[in-house]
Amino acid sequence: MAAGVATWLPFARAAAVGWLPLAKKNMPKPPVDKKSRNDEILFVNVSGLRFQTWKNTLDRYPDTLLGSSEKEFFYNEDTQEYFFDRDPEMFRHILNFYRTGKLHYPRQECIQAFDEELAFYGIVPDIIGDCCMEEYRDRKKENQERLAEDTEAEMATDTPLPPESTSRERLWRAFENPHTSTMALVFYYVTGFFIAVSVIANVVETVPCRPLKGSKKDLPCGEKYTLAFFCMDTACVLIFTFEYLMRLFAAPSRCKFMRSVMSVIDVVAIMPYYIGLVMPENEDVSGAFVTLRVFRVFRIFKFSRHSQGLRILGYTLKSCASELGFLLFSLTMAIIIFATVMFYAEKGTKGTNFTSIPASFWYTIVTMTTLGYGDMVPNTIAGKIFGSICSLSGVLVIALPVPVIVSNFSRIYHQNQRADKMRAQQKVRQARIRMAKKGTTNAFLQYKEEGGFQFRDNDSALCLKNRSSFEHQHHHLLHCLEKTTNHEFTDELTFSEMCMTESVGYRTSRSTSISSQQGLSTSCCPRRSKRRAIRLANSTVSVSRGSVQELDTLQVHKTSIGHQSRSSLNARTEDLKLNCEDRDFTAAIISIPTPPANTPDESLPPSPAIPGILRNSRCSFTHERVKISSL
Amino acid sequence: MGMVLGTFSMHTKQVTYRTDKVDDELEMTMVSHRPEGLEQLEAQTNFTKQELQVLYRGFKNECPSGVVNEETFKHIYAQFFPHGDASTYAHYLFNAFDTRNNGSIKFEDFVMGLSTLLRGTVRDKLEWTFHLYDINRDGFINREEMTEIVRAIYDMMGKYTYPALKGDVPKQHVDTFFEKMDKNKDGVVTLEEFVIACQEDENMMRSMQLFENVM
Repeated sequence: MAAGVATWLPFARAAAVGWLPLAKKNMPKPPVDKKSRNDEILFVNVSGLRFQTWKNTLDRYPDTLLGSSEKEFFYNEDTQEYFFDRDPEMFRHILNFYRTGKLHYPRQECIQAFDEELAFYGIVPDIIGDCCMEEYRDRKKENQERLAEDTEAEMATDTPLPPESTSRERLWRAFENPHTSTMALVFYYVTGFFIAVSVIANVVETVPCRPLKGSKKDLPCGEKYTLAFFCMDTACVLIFTFEYLMRLFAAPSRCKFMRSVMSVIDVVAIMPYYIGLVMPENEDVSGAFVTLRVFRVFRIFKFSRHSQGLRILGYTLKSCASELGFLLFSLTMAIIIFATVMFYAEKGTKGTNFTSIPASFWYTIVTMTTLGYGDMVPNTIAGKIFGSICSLSGVLVIALPVPVIVSNFSRIYHQNQRADKMRAQQKVRQARIRMAKKGTTNAFLQYKEEGGFQFRDNDSALCLKNRSSFEHQHHHLLHCLEKTTNHEFTDELTFSEMCMTESVGYRTSRSTSISSQQGLSTSCCPRRSKRRAIRLANSTVSVSRGSVQELDTLQVHKTSIGHQSRSSLNARTEDLKLNCEDRDFTAAIISIPTPPANTPDESLPPSPAIPGILRNSRCSFTHERVKISSL
Repeated sequence: MGMVLGTFSMHTKQVTYRTDKVDDELEMTMVSHRPEGLEQLEAQTNFTKQELQVLYRGFKNECPSGVVNEETFKHIYAQFFPHGDASTYAHYLFNAFDTRNNGSIKFEDFVMGLSTLLRGTVRDKLEWTFHLYDINRDGFINREEMTEIVRAIYDMMGKYTYPALKGDVPKQHVDTFFEKMDKNKDGVVTLEEFVIACQEDENMMRSMQLFENVM
């Protein structure tokens, strides 16, 4: 029901008096409204900006936050106002919605910020007024596309492989993303080279070479050096066949692969050769065979795997299909019209070239595209007039869809650029997150070293005081986790030492940890001297993927980590300790977001995330001790 | 080809010219109307100042121009009865509120009507209801007028009712009404007959009081 109608409800109810004489039964009792009748002014304080409005205004939309009793949660008794810690600029628009019944979208605001505010206040975006709806929808779609691209781009190529990937999966990854391994890169370049060789051979084959001795006619090189060309062709086709079969084997979905454009091009490129082998040296059939050789030129399309630009071009053409279709249709219309006109105009002339309407098509096309070969020219005056009209209109018709295609291409190209920029930014962000995680570990380890979980004398208390209560609580939490799992956090060096000397599955001694639960001071000493290892279920190492794997584990929480890390990074720098070593990083950046992520606890079933982090920490390139666990 | 394109574009120009004229007419009708002073209204009706303020704020918010025409009225009323067709009854209701018969309801009319319905005496309310039923304002309610009103009310119910509406139900309703109201059986109901008959009906009197707390 439209919200403004709430104002008229008392009137409609009053008008119900008119039904009373006709009523067959008694009227039911009306609902009792306990609230005071008088309208009052409410004060709403949004981050310091005070708004005032009638209570009735807010009551117009009872299914939103401000219209329902949910706002009582934000009521501040002392100041007698509702306090919201949100954006005051945006609130203006929200309140205007209550006042006017129309929600407007402010163009200068970020669409996501606006959506979040709407979600907070419980307003459905569908009621945006018509004036702003188009803008809102466009920007929302753009934003969603961007997000979809980003997640797709991340998930597609840069995600690290789990260690249990089969050779098939690895092969597929190598094909799709050649810079993951050297072998793939080598193969990539080799195939590229052979494509080029094959194309050049096809071209050179037809160039006339000096004739054989004793013959006057110029031969095309292909016929002179038949054997050489045949060997080259065979070599190329062998490589291409091998590549195709490998791809087919490695493809996750073979049917889908076989239907994809690139695979069709591959097949078309190598088929002529095999057909030529199979076909007998027959006069009739060799004519068809020659035609088949034309398909060899499709090998040049295989370059699109190697070139980003070609792919963009292809994608643009695909996305402009409707414009191209329109262009084609309008051209066809024009051609038919003008061809007919020219034919009838030139019909009387003797010896004219315009023998039929289809014959005039050629003239029309050549004229409209302003080629003007001159093989067909009109002789009559009428023919000349219509011919000139034809050429003028040809320019127009062709010029119309071109801007659309160009803008599509530009948009797609920029999207691609953006994807590259995003990737670069990701790397920086990951590096920062890595450093922060190291900081957390080191902080905790140092905390334990100093026996921080119980209060000591003043000397070490100085160090402790510099830590915020947040850090204290965080460390306490990690400590609780240790107690729960009966294992301890340690660092990489110690752990790798352990692994080398003993097999995996080394258990720590329990007595010390149990005793520490009673808060004895002896607990810290054993830890300082003997670093225990965390038992790892799977500890395979993959070298080159370290930095990238972090992306995997954290990408789900990317958005929440992102802005929080930046702000808390700023907040934390003033927290640096006085006399503590500088390796003790400001900690606790990653600690905020989603809990279930990455506990180092190996009593949990080993998820793909855990080995990822472990592996990563092992491959970190700094000399500081890197932690294995993180939150 | 160029000529074809040219004729297309000229055609579109004509269309926009026509719509401009319509916009001009609309603008001329957007005259806003201001009601009489608050004190005067307070004197004329039974509402307090605060109540009038609340009413006016709601009214002005919905109709910035200060008047409600019949279309808007029907639209608003239809929102409350989405099941059926409220337009006929809304038409009669509009006429009942539009005491000056000029096709629009101003704020004063609105408030006067509400004052009668909510704060008026029993006699006032009954008179108002009589005027609602008396479509042609001749002082008598005859069978046809009553049938119209009853049919309009049943239209608001819509198609899906329990028990299902049969064709002669309005007629029976009208017959019952006339039996009760028409004392001298002359086929029409006058105001006096109406008032007396209603006052004799205790159930109705009790129901009338229920609506006093609407505002």
